[in-house]
Amino acid sequence: MLVETQARGAVRIDGLAKRFGDTTVLDGIDLDIVAGEFVTILGPSGCGKSTLLRIVAGLETETAGSVSIDGAPMKGLAPNARDIAMVFQSYALYPHLTVAENIAVPLRMRQLTPMQRLLGLAPRAVRGSIGAEVQSVAAMLRIESLLPRRPAQLSGGQKQRVALARAMVRRPRVFLMDEPLSNLDAELRVHMRAEIAQLHRQLGATFLYVTHDQVEAMTMSDRVAVIMGGRLQQVASPDVLYRDPDTLAVAQFVGTPRINVLAGGRLGLQAAQVAVRPERLQAHGLGLAPPPQAGQGIEGRLVYRENLGSDLFLHVEVPGVPAALIARADPAAGETFAIGDRLVLAVDPRHVLSFDAAGKRIRP
Amino acid sequence: MNGRGSVLLLTAPALVLMAVFLIGPLLAVIALSFTSYQLGAPSLSFVGMANYIEMTEDATVRISLANTLIYVGVVVPVSVGLGLGAALLIEADPSLRGFYRASYFLPVMATLIAMAIVWEFMLDARFGAVNMLLRAMGLGPYDFLHDRKLVLYTLAGIGVWQNVGFNMVLFMAGLTAVPRELYEAAAVDGAGRGFERFKLVTWPMLGPVTLFTVVITAIRAFQVFDTVKVLTEGGPNKASEVLLHTIYAEAFNFFRNGYAAALVVVFLLFIMALSAVRLFVLGRSRT
Repeated sequence: MLVETQARGAVRIDGLAKRFGDTTVLDGIDLDIVAGEFVTILGPSGCGKSTLLRIVAGLETETAGSVSIDGAPMKGLAPNARDIAMVFQSYALYPHLTVAENIAVPLRMRQLTPMQRLLGLAPRAVRGSIGAEVQSVAAMLRIESLLPRRPAQLSGGQKQRVALARAMVRRPRVFLMDEPLSNLDAELRVHMRAEIAQLHRQLGATFLYVTHDQVEAMTMSDRVAVIMGGRLQQVASPDVLYRDPDTLAVAQFVGTPRINVLAGGRLGLQAAQVAVRPERLQAHGLGLAPPPQAGQGIEGRLVYRENLGSDLFLHVEVPGVPAALIARADPAAGETFAIGDRLVLAVDPRHVLSFDAAGKRIRP
Repeated sequence: MNGRGSVLLLTAPALVLMAVFLIGPLLAVIALSFTSYQLGAPSLSFVGMANYIEMTEDATVRISLANTLIYVGVVVPVSVGLGLGAALLIEADPSLRGFYRASYFLPVMATLIAMAIVWEFMLDARFGAVNMLLRAMGLGPYDFLHDRKLVLYTLAGIGVWQNVGFNMVLFMAGLTAVPRELYEAAAVDGAGRGFERFKLVTWPMLGPVTLFTVVITAIRAFQVFDTVKVLTEGGPNKASEVLLHTIYAEAFNFFRNGYAAALVVVFLLFIMALSAVRLFVLGRSRT
C-alpha cells in the first residue's frame, strides 16, 4: 500500500548559497536529483552538508539560489508544505508520546482540524484510517510490538526505526536524512544501512542522505555529492567517485585506507601530484622479484603490517615522502615480508591519477 | 585511620552544624508547641495538645489560614503563567533579551521591605501613582491597602510582581534545555509555530520545570510576611492576616511562644506537604 509506483520527488538545487554574516557556508551549489534517486551528500564535518539539507527541508533560508521539487519552487514554503520528511541524527522523537502517537503526529496535523486536536476528538473514520496507517508502517519496519512504549524505553536502533516510521507514514516525495546512523553502534549501523537501502527500493521515493561516513555513501547511494568547504566537488556514482575523482581532495576523502599521494616526479611524470590506490601498488621483495621498470618502482622499507584477514596492508616508508605509502597485498603472499624489509612498490601507470598543483585532476 | 573513621571525621562538621542550626531548633519548636512557654517567663508547663486544640477554635487562625490559601491561590497561577509567558516572549526574539531579563528579574533581587514602601506610595488613595492613573481613566479612587475587599488581592498583586521574574528565569533555563531538533521535527510534521508547537513540544518538555516552579512559588507564597508587616499589619480588621504574620504576632506581640510554636509546626506541615507533592510527582515521572 505504501509502495509508490509512480516516481516523484525530483529535486533541483540551483546556484544555492548560504552565508551567516561574513562566513560562507555554502557557495554555488547546483544539484539535480532524479525522482526516486538515492543521493548522498558526503563531506567532512563543518563542510555545510547539513545546512544544504536543512535548506531543502525549509528549516533554514537560502541566501541566494533556489530549491524546487518536481518543478515547484520551494522558496518561502514552510517545511510541512514541502511534502518532505526528515530523519534527524538524534531521532527527535517526542518523549511524552508513545511510539504509536509519535508516528501519528504528521497524520493528525494534516487530517484533523486544530479544534479536533485540541479536544482530542476525531471522527471515527479518520481515527481508524490514522490507526491503520500507523499499523501498516509499523509492520513494514517490524516495530508493532513497540507501539505502546515511550521513546525512553527504546534502544537506539528501535528509536531509529520509529523515526523512520514517522517519516514514512506521511508518504513524502522526498526523504531527508541527516546522519541518521551516526548515533548507533558499528554492528547496528551496518544492519540499518542495508535496511535503509532496501526501504528506498521499496518506497521508490527520493532519498537525500547526509553523512560524513564514506562507507555509508559508497554502499547505499545511486550517486554521491561530495561537498568540501561549502563547494560541490563532484557528483558521481560511488564507483566513478572512487576510480575517477575530479580533485585530489575527493580522491583522499573516499577510500580506506587513504589513497597514496606522491610528487609527480617520483614516477617520472609531469603532474605536480600523483595518487595511487593501495590496491594498485604491488609490493616486491628486493632481490626476489624481477626488478621493476625504471621510474615506475618506488623503493622503501616496511614499517607496519596491517592484517585484516582478507587483506594485508603494507605500510612502506619512502625517503622524501611524508606519509608512509600503503600497498595492499594478499595475506598469504605477504607472509614473506617482515618489518624492516626493503621493498619495491611497482605501479601500473594506467592506474596513476595525476593532479595539478591546485589539486585539480589532469586527465590524459 | 580506617575508612569508616575518616568518613565520620570528614562529615562531622556538616553534621554538627545541621544538628545545631536545623534539627535542634526544629525539635525545640516541636517540644515548645506542647508547652505554655511565654517569652521571658521563668517556668513553663506541659500542656499536651492544648495549643493545637485552641488553634482549631481560634477565629484569627482560621481567617489567617484562609487568607494565606487565597494568597497562594492567586500568586501561584498568575506568577507562573506570566513567568512562562515572559520567558516565551523573550526567547522568541533575541533582541533586547538581556534588558528584559534584567528588568523582570529586578524585583527578585530588590529588598522587599524597601519595595513595599515604594508600593505604599504608589497605592496611596489620594496621591498614589496608581490612583492618579485610574482617575485619568475615570475610575477610582480605590484605597488598595485599607479596603477590606481589596487588600488581600493588592498584596497578592505585589507577590506576583515579585515572583514573575524568578519564575521567568526558571522557565528560560528550561527552554534552553529543549533540543532544537524537536522543534525542527515539529516544523516538518506541521506543528512549526504558535500554539501547536507549544502544545507538541514546549509545554511537555517544560513539565518538570513547571512543577518545580509551581512548588517553589507556592512555598514562597506561603511564606508571605514582609509586605503584610510593612503595609497592613494584617489589617484592616484581619482582612490581610496571613499565617506567618499571625505566628509573628503571637510570638513577639503577645509573647505566647508555646502557641506560636504550635502554629509553626502546622505551617511546616504545609511546606512539607508541598515538597512531598513535588517528590512524589517527580518520582513517578521517572519510572
